[in-house]
Amino acid sequence: MKYTPIIGLEVHIEPNTKSKMFCGCSQDHFGKKPNTNTCPICLGLPGALPYANKEAIKKTILLGLALGSEISKSSRFYRKHYFYPDLPKSYQTSQKENPFCIGGELLGKKINHIHLEEDAGKLIHADDGSLIDFNRSGCALIELVTEPVFHSIDEVLKFLKELQLIARYLDISSCDMEKGTMRLEANVSLGTRQQVPGNGLPDYKVELKNINSFRFLEKAIEVEIRRQELELSKGREPIQETRGYDEAKKTTFSQRSKEEAHDYRYFPEADLPPVVIDRSIILDLRSKMVELPQQKRERFEEQYKISKEFIEILVSDKKRADYFEEVAKLDSNYKTIADLIVNKRFDQKYPEPAGLAREIYNLSHMQYATDTETAEIISKVIAGNTDIVTKYNNGQTQVLGFLIGQVQKLLKGTGNPKLISRLLIEKLENDQK
Amino acid sequence: MQDLRFMTNNNIPLTIKETQEGLKAKKFLAVELVDAYLERIKKFNPEYNIFLTITEEEAYKKARELDKVGLYDKPLSGVTASYKDIFLTKNIRTTAASKILDNYIPAYSATSVKKIEDAGAIPLGKLNCDAFAHGASGENSDYGSTKNPWNKEFVPGGSSSGSAAALAAGMSLVSLGSDTGGSTRQPANFCNLVGLKPTRGVISRYGVIAMSSSIDTVGTFTHTVDDMEIMFDVLKGEDGFDGIVKNFEKPQIKEEFKLGIAKEFFKEGLDREVEEMIEGVRKTFESINIEIVDISLPHTKYAVPIYYIIQPAEVSSNLGRFDGIRYGNNRDRFGSEAKRRIMLGSYVLSSGYYDAYFDKAQRVRTKLIEDFNLAFEKVDAILSPVSPTPPFKLGENTNDPLKMYLEDVYTASINLVGVPSLALPTMFSEGGLPIGFQLIGPNFSEHNLFELGRRYHQEINYKPKIAL
Repeated sequence: MKYTPIIGLEVHIEPNTKSKMFCGCSQDHFGKKPNTNTCPICLGLPGALPYANKEAIKKTILLGLALGSEISKSSRFYRKHYFYPDLPKSYQTSQKENPFCIGGELLGKKINHIHLEEDAGKLIHADDGSLIDFNRSGCALIELVTEPVFHSIDEVLKFLKELQLIARYLDISSCDMEKGTMRLEANVSLGTRQQVPGNGLPDYKVELKNINSFRFLEKAIEVEIRRQELELSKGREPIQETRGYDEAKKTTFSQRSKEEAHDYRYFPEADLPPVVIDRSIILDLRSKMVELPQQKRERFEEQYKISKEFIEILVSDKKRADYFEEVAKLDSNYKTIADLIVNKRFDQKYPEPAGLAREIYNLSHMQYATDTETAEIISKVIAGNTDIVTKYNNGQTQVLGFLIGQVQKLLKGTGNPKLISRLLIEKLENDQK
Repeated sequence: MQDLRFMTNNNIPLTIKETQEGLKAKKFLAVELVDAYLERIKKFNPEYNIFLTITEEEAYKKARELDKVGLYDKPLSGVTASYKDIFLTKNIRTTAASKILDNYIPAYSATSVKKIEDAGAIPLGKLNCDAFAHGASGENSDYGSTKNPWNKEFVPGGSSSGSAAALAAGMSLVSLGSDTGGSTRQPANFCNLVGLKPTRGVISRYGVIAMSSSIDTVGTFTHTVDDMEIMFDVLKGEDGFDGIVKNFEKPQIKEEFKLGIAKEFFKEGLDREVEEMIEGVRKTFESINIEIVDISLPHTKYAVPIYYIIQPAEVSSNLGRFDGIRYGNNRDRFGSEAKRRIMLGSYVLSSGYYDAYFDKAQRVRTKLIEDFNLAFEKVDAILSPVSPTPPFKLGENTNDPLKMYLEDVYTASINLVGVPSLALPTMFSEGGLPIGFQLIGPNFSEHNLFELGRRYHQEINYKPKIAL
């Protein structure tokens, strides 16, 4: 390819706070009856004022600390103006200058900033008109903006999945794409080799919006890169615009062009005092910082010496990783434990870690029936199942399983499967001769 | 019992104390007070256009409750109160005097309304004002101008026109207004009343239709300084809904005061009578051993220009919610002053102009704050005119919005700085209209301003009176 993709990301994360960003309504709006989770503040009624949610601010700062951002000493909210039916105040309370977190890095990719804002309501288009549900209006929303530093879809997906994992580790958000607690936007353009990296950017970018899964994002970026390549190969520079992704047609389509771009008329939100973040708040948050996924991976490798594949699967779900460690405290067969959890899902069979530990102990300390006992039972089973034995003799070797089962049953589960199998086959073959 | 049905300007109580003493001594019942006030409202309102909505039912309900208990022991028990129509009142029409909200019934009440009623006040209704509080004369109301009870050819001041006129006409004992650029102090002066613009962040603005969020304050009207202090103590403090409000302890009341006079306030444009009045007030203060100190507030000359950048910018933002989708009426119902401010405000905020206008105005505002901080290192309060002129005639300034904006020359800087200011009545002009002054103090100095005001009124033996 003549061109290198240049991609920047905007990620919205709905934190799992108790209440919305500026009022006492529940932050959890998912699946509720329309307009039952509202109040004068999130409906933007005349005279209503915002009151900032400290928990949301702390979660935003926590994410910044985890990603090595600089935390603003004093941060404030701004009003971002645009008219839309689901935006009841005609402005979104967001941030501009001095957002809570500035800079930072994840997987070597530079972050521009992380800010906090409120969500809008939702439009529902029915046959006889459009309806507005304000349950989500005013919900807290963390927005992370990266620098345009991604050059492949693979890098993008890795970054996003790691970010998702970190937010889950820090109990900031469920980051559930289906429920919309994590939403993705990508700015895509193609640069010539000279432009990459850091040699200036193309003078256009296409914003891919409203993408609700990693898979769709992957496809959307893929087809968008191809579309831009085609444009450029015809000597045309793609126009700056916002595009959506049509999964059915596997294409992106124009939603809004540059000419229709908003002048948001930002200015400081005077209804909220500036938020002063002193050292004590940061120290307190740092003290509560949990081990992050990458730290855990490294420690698991060092401490348990299990395979990278096992580590990756365990670390990708903090609960499973914690479960693994609980069992590992009781039993040092780390590989067995990891195997039983990853391949056999024993963590689901034994919700209590101690249960799995006991099972592992039983498995490794089982007293098997003796060779003589086993041989005796085999003779009994063969004698009692002549029809099955006939089938075996006629070449239907799949009946072996049934016979093994019968032997194990009479041995009350104490039989060594390998021994039963060996002795049974020997006996059957010998009897035939 | 005393028959109050024909309550006249001779026997109507003009203070909270008088009202509550009458109730406690069973001279009259709260329902009889309501009878008398409603009778006066019905008699004078058609001519003076002061009330937009009269809440007769709510008034009697509250009065009956008070009479049933019979104690009248709360700070505002039995006090008749009415509210500028930008204060939301649950289930009671609230228009902001704009036709765009002609039929708006709020779902909740403003914190200040709740606090007043919890303190025992009897709500009489909603008061006329300049639409969305845009104006300095009451003439921008979509429901017609309010007339000054002292002379109906003249304006009562604005934007809290009805809030001042209601008291001057003896239709209510106290009232709520708002003060964003002088909208309480100027009408208080024009109607011979005490008016307070509190420190920004002392009284919750929750439930007051916003005009300019960085400078709006809840204003209060009373006949006396004592009553103002009672109202202030009821209204102040955190409510958990206005993030800028902080609780504060009543400061130690000073024994000795130094009063500053800024030379910048005595330039061209100041009416001779107002200037003479200030000179008289200065002498009175000197006669009661209050030291007068010359001070300088060099940036106040920029106050009106920066006020008319910041304020319309915030207005354009706050009025955006009236987008024609909500509240039942289309945007063509906005009056011309609202449209003017929306356009001005959108312009100064638009990209490419923000730095030149809004941002620069905010920087000058910082200079203005420094001026006042410096002054308050030398003095305890500043004596200043409120309006450059005595009340003007209805229609006199309506064709010249710029001239109307200059009404705010002595008041707007105080809002931009955020400090409190107490407007006080003192005398009548040669034309028989009230004129007065203001005492501006540092943040949270309200109680010291009350002390100064009380000493002044004692010295001139001030007696409250009503026009009708």
